[in-house]
Amino acid sequence: MTTPIRAPHIVKAFSEELERLAADVAAMGGLAESLVSDALEAAATRDGDLAAEVMARDVQVDDMQRDIEKKIIRLLALRQPIAQDLRVCIAALKIVADLERVGDLAKSIARRVPTLNESDPTPFAASVDRMGKLVLGHLHQVLDAYATGQARQAVGVWERDDDVDEHYNALFRELIGAMTEDPAMIGPGAHLLFIAKNLERIGDHATNIAEVVHYLVTGREIASERPRGPRPEAP
Amino acid sequence: MDLTAPDGAATLYHPTPAGLDPKVATREVSVTYGGKLALDRVTLNVPDRSVTACIGPSGCGKSTFLRCINRMNDTIDNAKVTGSIRIDDEEVNDRSVDPVVLRARVGMVFQKPNPFPKSIYDNIAYGPRIHGLASSREELDAIVETSLKKAGLWNEVADRLAQPGTSLSGGQQQRLVIARAIAVNPEVILMDEPCSALDPIATARIEELIDELRENYALVIVTHSMAQAARVSQMTAFFHLGALVEYGPTEEIFTNPLDQRTQDYITGRFG
Repeated sequence: MTTPIRAPHIVKAFSEELERLAADVAAMGGLAESLVSDALEAAATRDGDLAAEVMARDVQVDDMQRDIEKKIIRLLALRQPIAQDLRVCIAALKIVADLERVGDLAKSIARRVPTLNESDPTPFAASVDRMGKLVLGHLHQVLDAYATGQARQAVGVWERDDDVDEHYNALFRELIGAMTEDPAMIGPGAHLLFIAKNLERIGDHATNIAEVVHYLVTGREIASERPRGPRPEAP
Repeated sequence: MDLTAPDGAATLYHPTPAGLDPKVATREVSVTYGGKLALDRVTLNVPDRSVTACIGPSGCGKSTFLRCINRMNDTIDNAKVTGSIRIDDEEVNDRSVDPVVLRARVGMVFQKPNPFPKSIYDNIAYGPRIHGLASSREELDAIVETSLKKAGLWNEVADRLAQPGTSLSGGQQQRLVIARAIAVNPEVILMDEPCSALDPIATARIEELIDELRENYALVIVTHSMAQAARVSQMTAFFHLGALVEYGPTEEIFTNPLDQRTQDYITGRFG
């Protein structure tokens, strides 16, 4: 962590606590990212063991959130941070809430892998995997923006959320079509739809984090409402 | 309240919220003590009916600035004040302005409570008497009562007005001198670290009082406590090495300061 914590405090322990907080959030981000990545790999390779492992690991994300929240409450109570220090604390509080949800969504993806493995592979799985890679890329970039304090990179992720929504809408239409044509597709199709929905939500959380990173670095909210393309038509 | 920094002076002004009318307007005010520059071209507007906090490290000029507003620097032999200070368009440093009358319009409260060695009653009555504000004993009684009530001290001292002011506790003494300042119908009240000698309860009482006084007066307060500045003021001015570095709404200064020096100071970093 270089930015956003610049000059050291006169009270050194305060600086150290803020640095540790930012490092903890970054570590939690890494863990959440790996859960999404492994859940996608488990789905793509039909790996039931890896899926089970992802489900078991989600509890670590929850533990980290609790631990980080405790540290933030302690910082707020004992140090009364203001200005950039306050932003570091508030940003951490918001980001860990998003990351906790990302962990849950990864777990939810992994949970569908054993059921999907009971039916034959479908060509749509590859399409879901492509959407997953896109979302994973956004998550990675926004966490990178957090760790390096790059507001512009965060704005980039924020602006590209439309790509995820478009991907999701297209996939939704294709899957509905396939399920209408072939009733045997209804089972796996429904699970793939849920996976796609979970990925779309992970994209939304990445967008939330992008907004927080922008606020953390600049002290301002992202200027205007994002020029929206198609909203996700699908539920 | 659009302001611009004079040439060579770099003050960052945040946009001022609408509805704040300037009560005190300073333009390029500089002060030297025996040739040594203590205040460097300070331009700012103190809004009426609100609290303006002056913050900054020791020796930054914030108290010097405060003392310009009621010409307290006149009392220092080698002090030289230049620039313009206007209260409601009247130039404070004009020869025609009587400093004694000015100091009734601009009351001052110091770090250490300084009641006169007189009764509680006479501490309050002294100013109205010398300024001829009361024509009868009844009027004077009324002024004393109202002032003590405004300062939130009446209930504690109503039955012992004849006792010496110095017999009160520190927090009560501070409220007594605030009542004394109020008694002469001031327009502006200056406070130089009014709570630094008080415990947290007495501090909270004074802060509550400051918030009430804001309805009727323009207040300027110098404080070393960032938390106090954040709690009581609407506008904050950050001074550093005699210059006004940054001036704006307190909320802005404490959440999103523009200047690195402001940021470093309020967050407790090396400047």
